[in-house]
Amino acid sequence: MTDVRRRLAVSMLVFGSLAFLAVIGAPLLGTTPIRLARVFDRSIPFADNVDAQIFFIARLPRALAGALVGATLAAAGVVFQALLRNPLATPFTLGVSAGAALGAMLAITWRLHLSLWGVSAVTAASFIGSLCAVGIVYAMARARHRGFSTNILLLAGVTLNSFFSALILFVQYLADSAEALRTMRWLMGDLDIAGYGPLLAALPLCTVAFVAFAWLPRALNLLSLDTDAAASRGVNVLRVQRVAFFSASMATGAAVSLGGPIGFIGIIIPHLVRLMVGADHRIVLPASALFGAAFLVAADVVARTAMAPVELPVGIITALIGGPFFLWLLVRQR
Amino acid sequence: MKLGAGGWGLGTGGWALGASLTLATVVLLAGGHAASPLAQQHAPLRIVSLVPSATEMLFAMGAGPRVVAVSSYDHFPPEVERLPRIGALVDPDVERILSLRPDLVIAYSSQTDFLAQLERASIPVYVYRHGSLADITVGMRDLGIRVGLAEQARAAASAIDRGLADIRTRLAGKRRPRTMLVIGREPQSLRAINVSGGYGFLHDLLDLAGGDNLFAGVKRESMMVATETILARAPEVIIELHYSDRASSDTAAREREAWNLLPGLPAVKKGRVYLLYGGELVVPGPRVVLTAQAFARALHPDVLPH
Repeated sequence: MTDVRRRLAVSMLVFGSLAFLAVIGAPLLGTTPIRLARVFDRSIPFADNVDAQIFFIARLPRALAGALVGATLAAAGVVFQALLRNPLATPFTLGVSAGAALGAMLAITWRLHLSLWGVSAVTAASFIGSLCAVGIVYAMARARHRGFSTNILLLAGVTLNSFFSALILFVQYLADSAEALRTMRWLMGDLDIAGYGPLLAALPLCTVAFVAFAWLPRALNLLSLDTDAAASRGVNVLRVQRVAFFSASMATGAAVSLGGPIGFIGIIIPHLVRLMVGADHRIVLPASALFGAAFLVAADVVARTAMAPVELPVGIITALIGGPFFLWLLVRQR
Repeated sequence: MKLGAGGWGLGTGGWALGASLTLATVVLLAGGHAASPLAQQHAPLRIVSLVPSATEMLFAMGAGPRVVAVSSYDHFPPEVERLPRIGALVDPDVERILSLRPDLVIAYSSQTDFLAQLERASIPVYVYRHGSLADITVGMRDLGIRVGLAEQARAAASAIDRGLADIRTRLAGKRRPRTMLVIGREPQSLRAINVSGGYGFLHDLLDLAGGDNLFAGVKRESMMVATETILARAPEVIIELHYSDRASSDTAAREREAWNLLPGLPAVKKGRVYLLYGGELVVPGPRVVLTAQAFARALHPDVLPH
C-alpha cells in the first residue's frame, strides 16, 4: 500500500509538472513575440494592450481547452480500455464521437444560429448527438441481458460508428460547398475557442466525470482481469460498469463538443503511461489525464505555429503522431 | 457606423439595372461589326451549364434563351429557377444531361470522368477554369466566341472591365486600410475563421476596391487563421461574406456582435466590421462589379457613399 502511494506521489509529481509546464509554457510560445511585462501591465488599458489580448484571449483559453480535452480523452480512454477489456479501445469506439459529429454536421448544414449562454448551436448539437449515441448503445447492451454485456456494447458501438459515419457522409453530400468545408474542418478538431465561454460549458460535465473516475480505479483493476473474479471480491460489477460507461461517455461527449473529435489521444496516452508506470489503474488513470493534457497542449502549439499564419488542425497533428504509434503498438502486442 | 443587412444585401434590382446598361452597350457596340472570324464552329443552341459563373455570362451576353439546364448551385439570373437542374461539380447527372440532347456542355476541368463520358457521346464541351479577377472577362470573351456571340460577349466584358476600372480610378491615391476578408466561420462565435489569402478573384476584388489584404502574402484562395494571428495583424476593416441572399437585421446584428469577443481589434473599436449578404459574392461572374462596389463602399465610405 505504501508502495502504491509512493509511486502515485512520484508519478503525480512528474506528470503533474509536465502538464503544469505545458499549460504555463504554451501561452508564451507563438508566432507573435509578446512581452510578459506588457501582458501583465495594468497601466495599459486592455483594449489597447495587444500583448495582453493575445495572451488572455487567444493563447490561454486554447491552452486550457487543450488541457481539459487532452485530460478528458486520455482518462476516458483508460476507462474504456478497462471496461471493454480491450487494449485497443478508444473513447470513440462506442460511437460517442460519431454521434457528436453527426449532431455538429446537422447543426452546420441546417445553419442553426441559436446560441445559449455562450454555447453555439454546433457545440450544443454535438453534445446532444453524443448523448443519443450513448443512449442507443446502452439500450442495445441492456436489451438481451439483464446484466450489461460488454461484447454487445462493443459490437453495437462499432456498428453505430459506421452507421453514423454513413449518415455524416450523406449530410455532407447534400450540403452546400461552404457548409461541407465547415463540416470537414469540424471533424479535424480545433481548440481555438477565442474566449472562455465554451470552456466553462464543458467544465462542469468533465468535473462530474472526473469525480466518478476517482471512484473507479480499484474496481477497474479487478474488472479488467475478470468480471467473475471481481464479483467474488465484492465488486458490484454492474454498478461499476454503468458508472464507468456513463461517466467516460459523458466526458468524451463534452470533450468532443468542445474541441472536435481529436483522435488518438485516448489510445496513445494510456499506453505510453502504462509503459512508464505499469498497469495499476490507481496510477494509470490520473497519470494519463495529466500526460494527456500536456500532450494535447504541446500538439496544439505545433498546430498553430508550424505553418503560420495558416492554422493547422490539431487533429491532424495528433493523428500524424498517433497513427504510426498505434501500428507499432499492434505489432508489439503479439 | 451602423449598417443593416438590408443596406448591404445586393438584391437583384441592382443587377437588373447593370444588365440593362450592359445590354444597351451591347446594342450600341454590336451595330456595324461583322461576326468574329474565330466563330467557325456552329453556334450551339442547347447549352447545359454546370458552372454558375458561366451561366451568368451566357445570360449577360444574350445567350440565356439557349441555356436548357443549369447546375444545382445556379440561382441567377432569376430565369434559371425555371430550368432543370442536372447536378454540379461532384454529381453531374449524365443520364439527364444526355436526355436533354445538348450541343454544348460547360463543365469544370477537374470533372475528368464526366468529360470522358461526354466525349464518348460526341457531345461538344467547353471546359471552364476559375482563376483571378482578370480571367473573368477573358473567359467571358472566349465563351462568347465559342457560342457565336463574340461581339456581344466582348461588349458585356468591356462593360465589366470599365466598371472595375472606374472603381480603381476613383480610389486612386486613397489610403488602403488593412483589411481581413472573412469568407466563413462558425455562426455566432469566432471559431473556424476562414479568410481569403492573396490569390483568387475575391483577393483581387479587395485589392481593386482599395483594401490591403491582411493575408496577401499567403498565396492561397482560402485559409484558416488563429485568433492570435488576427490580434497580431490588427485589421482596420473586417469584411465578412455571407452567401445567403439576405438575413434578418436581427441575425446580422448578432453575427456582428460575435466580433465583440475581440474588442481590441481596430476594426471592432472603430465599428468597421461589415457583413455583406448576397449570392453574387461567391460567383466569379459578371456581377463582380457589384461585389467590388460593395467592398469599396465598406472600405471608402467617403468616396462611395451608400
